Amino acid sequence: MAGPESLMSWKKALIPLACVPVIILLAYGFRTDPKAIPSPLVRQPAPGFRMAVYDAGELSLETLKGKPAVLNFWASWCYPACYEEAPLLESTWRKYKDQGLMLVGVDIQDKEANAREFMRRFDFTFPNGPDPGSKISIDYGVYGVPETFFIDRQGRITYKHVGALTPALMEAQVQAILKGN
Amino acid sequence: MGSQQAAWAGSPAGAPGRRHGRGPGFALVWALVWIGLVIPGVAPAASGSPNPDLEDQVREIASGLRCVVCQNLSVADSPSDLAKEMRNLVRELVRQGKSREEIQAYFVSRYGEFVLLSPPKRGFNLLVWGLPFLAILLGAWGVYLVARRWTEQREEAEPAVDPAYAERVRRELQERERPSGS
Repeated sequence: MAGPESLMSWKKALIPLACVPVIILLAYGFRTDPKAIPSPLVRQPAPGFRMAVYDAGELSLETLKGKPAVLNFWASWCYPACYEEAPLLESTWRKYKDQGLMLVGVDIQDKEANAREFMRRFDFTFPNGPDPGSKISIDYGVYGVPETFFIDRQGRITYKHVGALTPALMEAQVQAILKGN
Repeated sequence: MGSQQAAWAGSPAGAPGRRHGRGPGFALVWALVWIGLVIPGVAPAASGSPNPDLEDQVREIASGLRCVVCQNLSVADSPSDLAKEMRNLVRELVRQGKSREEIQAYFVSRYGEFVLLSPPKRGFNLLVWGLPFLAILLGAWGVYLVARRWTEQREEAEPAVDPAYAERVRRELQERERPSGS
């Protein structure tokens, strides 16, 4: 039988013990990036889509079959992030299109005139098209712009990036889908 | 115009002037009545105005989905463009006969469980549902312990009566009660 003194010391130990789970929870919370929300689509087959391309007919996921692809969601009103990464998108397209890379831009919640001005400004030569009703955006679980999905030859999403792309990240992810890793 | 109205009002029943005035006027009134009574009844079906049952279902489902570009707002309550498109998609899926669970599962497959305003009651999420009640119980137990300690301290704090002092008081009271002449 525990005496009254040992009972009191047990009770005193209970107070700091109760703080332990709270401290663990806080430590876990502070170590995670609050902006990083994992996409359930990564490592899953890319959702199918069909999109009217500005001045170039139609494009669908079936068109991209067997090709590594980069799907970028952008808007002309998305400043500065979309403006920062736009030259990188075009240069990547020019660099890798002969190696079979497909780069597709999905323009969301935008006005056509503004979108065309954006594409003219950055001299976009890769296919871009609007997303009326945000159907493709919702199907890809897009939160905002810019967001970029890297899709391998098997049509699986290998990586999702939120925010403006950096040259190093773009290079690494494009190399990965070109090699089929 | 005013004189014409006055003439209509003042003309006796069956007067030629009234008959003449009744033709187009009567037709106009009936046309207006027809427009007022019949067209509103027909219009909803013709213009595809919202179906209350469908809209109730859409609102119920959308109110359980998080607007992903807002701070703590549901898809039903958010004025953002993306939330509006999500509501439209929910409406389309309800029209296709999808159940609430199927629609929720679709959004979860795209956005993860984050898109649900209430986390499902399973696995690790049970902690979120259970911890508040556990905290209330622990808090109540803590309050009980503190209250009991205070009560015990008050009882202990009351000064014990010294037996010698009590005996002295008793003797003095007896002496005081004793008749003074004896």
